[in-house]
Amino acid sequence: MTLVLNEEQRLLKDTAKDFLTRVMPVTALRKLRDQKDELGFNPNHWQQMVELGWASMVLPEAYDGLDFGYMGLGAVIEESGRTLAASPLFSTVVLGSTIIIEGGSEEQKSTFLPQIAAGALSLALALEEKPHHQPSDFAATAVADGDDYIINGEKLFVLDGHSADYLIIATRLQAGTGLFIVDANTDGIERRRHHLIDSRNAATVRFNQVRVKASTLIGNAEQGQDILNTGLDYGRICLAAEMLGAASECFERTVAYLKERDQFGVKIGSFQALQHRAAKMFIELELSKSVVLDALSAIDEKRADLPQLASLAKARLNDVFELITNEAVQMHGGIGVTDELDIGFFLKRSRVATQILGSSHFHRDRYASLCGY
Amino acid sequence: MSDLDQFRQTVHAWLEENCPPSQRRPITRDEQVWAGKNKVFPSNDAKLWFERMRDKGWTVPEWPIELGGGGLDERQAKILKEEMKRLGCRTPLFDLGIWMLGPAVLEYGTEAQRRQHIPNIARGEVRWCQGYSEPGAGSDLASLQTRAEDKGDHFLVNGAKIWTTNADKADWIFCLVRTDPSAKKQEGISFLLIDMDDPGVSTTPIELISGESEFCQTFFDNVKVPKGNLIGELNKGWSVAKSLLKHERKLMAEIGGDTPGPSFGPVQAALEYVGLDSSGKLKDRGLREQLVNHEMAFRAIGLTHFRSFEERMNGVADNNVPLIMKYVGTEESKRKEEVLMAILGHRALGWNDAEFNDDELLTNRGWLFSKALSIAGGTSEVQLNIIAKRVLGLPE
Repeated sequence: MTLVLNEEQRLLKDTAKDFLTRVMPVTALRKLRDQKDELGFNPNHWQQMVELGWASMVLPEAYDGLDFGYMGLGAVIEESGRTLAASPLFSTVVLGSTIIIEGGSEEQKSTFLPQIAAGALSLALALEEKPHHQPSDFAATAVADGDDYIINGEKLFVLDGHSADYLIIATRLQAGTGLFIVDANTDGIERRRHHLIDSRNAATVRFNQVRVKASTLIGNAEQGQDILNTGLDYGRICLAAEMLGAASECFERTVAYLKERDQFGVKIGSFQALQHRAAKMFIELELSKSVVLDALSAIDEKRADLPQLASLAKARLNDVFELITNEAVQMHGGIGVTDELDIGFFLKRSRVATQILGSSHFHRDRYASLCGY
Repeated sequence: MSDLDQFRQTVHAWLEENCPPSQRRPITRDEQVWAGKNKVFPSNDAKLWFERMRDKGWTVPEWPIELGGGGLDERQAKILKEEMKRLGCRTPLFDLGIWMLGPAVLEYGTEAQRRQHIPNIARGEVRWCQGYSEPGAGSDLASLQTRAEDKGDHFLVNGAKIWTTNADKADWIFCLVRTDPSAKKQEGISFLLIDMDDPGVSTTPIELISGESEFCQTFFDNVKVPKGNLIGELNKGWSVAKSLLKHERKLMAEIGGDTPGPSFGPVQAALEYVGLDSSGKLKDRGLREQLVNHEMAFRAIGLTHFRSFEERMNGVADNNVPLIMKYVGTEESKRKEEVLMAILGHRALGWNDAEFNDDELLTNRGWLFSKALSIAGGTSEVQLNIIAKRVLGLPE
């Protein structure tokens, strides 16, 4: 257990901050939104991220990865939260590659991982079926048919679903959970992109009698749920890192505004009514930093309390990001509700990020159950 | 094996051999050994354990060996603390001198003052209390009025202090006194040590809502204090006090955990007093939500303590983190007590009544005691002011 970044990781974080503020500031997301971009991210930016080694960072060396660990990737993702950078990093690397590494056959690993490392292939996890996060008991089915499986069902809120090259589909098998990695252009797959408040990507994906080979199954029915849960916990932790970065940025912009805005002949930051609220936000962020770092180190150390920490981190950052974005709007006053100010982008991202992989209610419930009550 | 691992093994073995089994059970308030000229030992084992730790210098592990300390560095001291916790070893000696005055004398005292006071604190020979607040100077501590007039070879002290914890049992008191009434608030204050046996010093206990009266008022009526009892420079007592407040805040942040209370934690209490339903969840979903909120916040605070420590060890300390710990530590301790009260329901409401067991009786005492945590050592509101101004740089 370690809660400080080492020299290399700090350097990486600085590099990431420099690149992201220079190349992918919030205005880059604003541009994607205003131009109604088809892809929802800038492939040129993604290519530069790949060149910086971010796609290969947590992959094993045997598959062209850097094996640098999640403390490092988490630092990068935290910085990406500060600029609300849109990219396939989360879906492809954090969710996708984890599931392949955890449960994939040798053939699946050597097929997909080097391509992910090279930024040549993107993945999306087709998981949700209801308005709220539900990581098990799927209605989508996969039924064995000779050497093949037939997949039927509908998946909602599939992040990067419309643009991914391959989909990992969570299904119900006769006994257990089946995770299939399937070419997104296979017959019978219908994808519909949605526009969400945060200007990023999600799609509804229908599977209509989709015939896939048995070799597309990751692991087996018995392991499927465990493999998926690991992928989801990695995802929750990395998302919490992103939310920490975004909340910190939003907070710092707000404090800067409190120091520059004059009313009643003084800076509004001199009002105790605002000072105490700002101090409380600072406190929440400091506690959040510790939780996110510990959760990231739990991944690297393969600790048994990983599921607890994933829920601790996601629940906390859901709450803190919500608090800070709400306060940021309020403390900015009138300009806080204009589209011209970036604060609105943080507010909108907060609510989308909260719904990804579990709300605070979901994670408090899970944490309590994991602790035996 | 690293030197620290080696150290851990040695410490563990020594504790195993020297800490009597009776001193490894959770401590109650009556079993604490407080420093002083007339120490009261609740048992022979407590005396033995205190003497062994004292002779090892481990009553104050990080202080210099030649002044009665253990000479350990911060990492070693943390290992000692961890191993003591692991074996359940009791704190062998309680005293404000250890927690607060000692570090200030080590930092600001003259060589003679260090030799006079530090070994006595390390060996538990003298019990100290603190004289800061006054009836008219609480959160606004710098408005204090207790006067110390320069009479050539001594100071003449007149005034009253309040919230002087255990002043009626203390041998000495460290005080903030006004030595220059014409100077601006903070600038005319000095830090003075006073022997409680001096003529003109008297105390009266104050009874609290928890039924306890460990706080006192302390009065000074023409008390003559030798010049050599001034710590730091004349009229520069505020900086000594500020450095000492850091120790108090750290202590207050941690005290929630050390305060005598029921033997169960909130989760254990919930399993016992509420119980699980067939889905393995607490029967009362509202209480479950309240409990998990506390537990998660508590864990985040623990991790932040640890992060702060790690940062110091790695030389990348962010000095802002310690400033938040007083606030979060005490506020969460209060919340924990509220959760416990809610979990025990009416079983938490007994007062000196044999119908209720010890844990139940201690629950409401702990709850009432916790209310003082966010007041003593700088109120929560003052802490938020400090964070807003000093950390966030918000304007006055």
